[in-house]
Amino acid sequence: MNSPVLAVRDLTVALPTEDGQVQAVRGLSYEVAAGEVLGIVGESGSGKSVSSLAVLGLLPRDARVGGSVKLRGQELLGLPDRELSRVRGRRVAMIFQDPMTALNPVYPVGAQIVEAIEAHQRPGRGVAERRAVELLDLVGIADPRRRSSSYPHELSGGMRQRVVIAIAMANDPDVIIADEPTTALDVTVQAQVLEALRTARQATGAALVLITHDLGVIAGHADRVCVMYAGAPVETGTADDVFYQPRMPYTLGLLGSLPRIDNRGGRLTPIVGGPPSLLAPPPGCAFAPRCPMTVDRCREQAPLLTAVGGGHRAACHFHERLVGVSPQEVFGP
Amino acid sequence: MPEPPVPARSQSRLVVRRFLRHRLAVASLATLTLIVLFAYVGGALWRYSHLDITPDNSQPPSWAHPFGTDSIGHDTLAQVMRGLQQSIKIAVLIAVIATVVGATWGAVAGYFGRLADTALMRAADVVLVVPGIAVAAALGASSSGRWWLISLIIGGLASAYVARVIRGIVLSLREQDFIEAARALGAGPGWIIVRHLIPNALGPLIVNATILVAGGILAETALSFIGFGVQSPDTSLGLLVSDARSAVRTRPWLFYTPGVFIVLVALTVNFIGDGLRDAFDPRQSRRRR
Amino acid sequence: MFAYAARRMLLSVPVLLVASFLVFVLVAVSGSPTDPLRAVNPPVPEETIRLEERRLGWDQPLLQRYGSWLWGLVTRGDFGPSVNPREDINAEIVTRMGVTLRLVAVAMLVALVIAVVAGVVSAVRQYSALDYGITFSGFLFLAMPSFWLAVLLKEAGIWINGLDGDPRTQLLFTIGDRSPYLADPTWWNRFVDVAGHMILPTISLALISFAAWSRFQRAAMLEVLGSDYVRLARAKGLPARRVLTRHALRTALIPLTTVTAMDLAGILGGAVITETVFQWQGMGAYLIDSITTRDLYAVMAWLTISGLLVVVGNLVADLLYGVLDPRIRHA
Repeated sequence: MNSPVLAVRDLTVALPTEDGQVQAVRGLSYEVAAGEVLGIVGESGSGKSVSSLAVLGLLPRDARVGGSVKLRGQELLGLPDRELSRVRGRRVAMIFQDPMTALNPVYPVGAQIVEAIEAHQRPGRGVAERRAVELLDLVGIADPRRRSSSYPHELSGGMRQRVVIAIAMANDPDVIIADEPTTALDVTVQAQVLEALRTARQATGAALVLITHDLGVIAGHADRVCVMYAGAPVETGTADDVFYQPRMPYTLGLLGSLPRIDNRGGRLTPIVGGPPSLLAPPPGCAFAPRCPMTVDRCREQAPLLTAVGGGHRAACHFHERLVGVSPQEVFGP
Repeated sequence: MPEPPVPARSQSRLVVRRFLRHRLAVASLATLTLIVLFAYVGGALWRYSHLDITPDNSQPPSWAHPFGTDSIGHDTLAQVMRGLQQSIKIAVLIAVIATVVGATWGAVAGYFGRLADTALMRAADVVLVVPGIAVAAALGASSSGRWWLISLIIGGLASAYVARVIRGIVLSLREQDFIEAARALGAGPGWIIVRHLIPNALGPLIVNATILVAGGILAETALSFIGFGVQSPDTSLGLLVSDARSAVRTRPWLFYTPGVFIVLVALTVNFIGDGLRDAFDPRQSRRRR
Repeated sequence: MFAYAARRMLLSVPVLLVASFLVFVLVAVSGSPTDPLRAVNPPVPEETIRLEERRLGWDQPLLQRYGSWLWGLVTRGDFGPSVNPREDINAEIVTRMGVTLRLVAVAMLVALVIAVVAGVVSAVRQYSALDYGITFSGFLFLAMPSFWLAVLLKEAGIWINGLDGDPRTQLLFTIGDRSPYLADPTWWNRFVDVAGHMILPTISLALISFAAWSRFQRAAMLEVLGSDYVRLARAKGLPARRVLTRHALRTALIPLTTVTAMDLAGILGGAVITETVFQWQGMGAYLIDSITTRDLYAVMAWLTISGLLVVVGNLVADLLYGVLDPRIRHA
């Protein structure tokens, strides 16, 4: 693996709320190399979105962020907003979940792309406008010249998300972080948007951090996967490692709740319960209350992310027992 | 996401708990309670009534007359307490009238839609197109100071605003599943409005009513100030300030004391309204994840 | 969008008509213009009262009276006879309207500017001391009776004028809308005189609207600042100032146009109070005089003009809304 473009180390985020500090992210580490796709998977509330906002300093002012975020060796955490704004969009671009609200309703979409270009470059208005039309064409919008003067409300959700992708591509960034880019869309449109995302990655050579709760989205696209639970990573490895040899019961549970056409093991096996409150995270393994394999040790001592073979790492005291085990055997009745 | 109707008990307990967290609102509620007690209990106990003419005229505040006296010899403390009583009474009645009329008006318009909606909302426009205080003044000129008539006029005019607000809420509620379900079970429009729409709009209604009390105090005082509200020998806070305006420099206590009470009442009522708004609107939990 | 505006305009015609009818009836029922004549001592001869009723059209039934009033207004622009035979309502209204509109327009402008600035600062620095200060002053002005505030300002003006030890030198005028006599009435001097008279009444009228509008603008701004598109604008790498002006403020201003238009009637009412306190010879004073003398047609004239102003104001707001919000423009 070549040297990482983006390296996140021991990222922690605490958000103050009415009821106290929420430990939204509790020690997240990952790296992505140029051209590589890292998938981050987790349920809603697992801290995956918050961690991506933390990378670009987009969290509310009162959020407390710790750890380290390095972009080609340059530390981003703690940079003043003015310097961070030179990184945003130009070196690290972001795509958000809901395309219906992501674009400003009062400006034509073309102008919003031009604005992204002109935030970092001075190509002259005519050049920037031509580039905006090119980008729209690239992400698969028909009749891009006419569409560039449309307002967001005149476009469908899928088209709007492609405009957001075009904005992300505008300055050939090193990294694109896509936060649930397809969640708000119809299944048929999801494929088109994922295709546009692939185009974006190929055209810019950027690393892609693909955040989603949908294992299906990750499966076809990610080179490596990081599974998050309750604000912390619980399993990381290549897509094959994680999908075919999961070593953490939560990952296993996620795979077991996924309907599959080949229907390898029969019934779906849901994970019972919900994620723990992050106001006061439990001392032991965060997944212990929902895990069928829990013993006293799990509740007392949090398992560390340990190597289970090659680059594959899992956070479970009993990862050895999971070799070759199917979801039904763990979660089944 | 709108919450499904919750059992009233736990809902109201939740509202009370959230309200109590709003310190300024709680302090305002305490202050307002004291002011009301001062007006009614104090008014009953104090040795002068607002009609008594004492031999001391134009006295600055002293032990005998804590708020001083006016040029005829009225005790200002007694006058302020009476003024508070009248102003509060009028303002509360304004809020009640405006809320009841406005809620019905808005709920009927929003629920039935189409022609009823158009007609009722145009009617609201009719009220809103002319400055309320001018209409109230023109009508109030013949109220000869009857306090309930003043409330009726201002409350009636204000109900058009309430109708607009409630109509908006009802329009969004109408499309929801539990209304659909009630209709499917054969409930009539009257039942649905009374049992489902109004209870679910109760939060905004109460908040609005609170703010109407503050607005009512200010409207009554303004009307009395230009001479078309409460009439002498009865009195209200607005009338007291109005009578004192030529004496601001010679007998400042006559002007500032009732004025400060108007501000205090309106301010505390608005803070209470703000606290209620936070308490009723669960989406106010301001931080996203 | 033009069709939209035209439709709104047409819809307001029946609203105005019904409003004028209702007000006409209500005011007529509340008393007759000849009531003051009957109340005086020694009594006015019955014949004089009857002549007066005839001159004012009071001998006709109510509906017919309204009809001929409306007809006169629409065809000849005639507001009808005043109870004071020497007074012409139309002429009076025209001269007084300038005075009042000057006050209302400037006060609205001042209120809008400071409300937007205060609301934006408050939202951007949410929960700071500055936000609490602005919020509290907003609540305070919202709780102040307009006339009380006006008298306070008037007193403050008198105090400031007396600061140099000579109360005759006037920096801020506290009475009237202009000086009755100017030693050197050049164009410039007259302008300075009028402006000096406007300062305190404008502040007092503006502060009331400021209170409500700054609260509103703060809420609108907070909502926009938390929106996805502002986050995307920041993620693009735009400088904070540009995100604030071009993305947040631009959209957060849209709802304020509606609120401003909706408050127009209230401001015209507020001007009545302000004019009374500062003894301006504007429409407000005219209204109060007319109500006192039971000058029905003059009251109607005031209400009609106010209604028209509110309708026109709403139309301007509708058009502005269309300009600011493309979603309306294309609807």
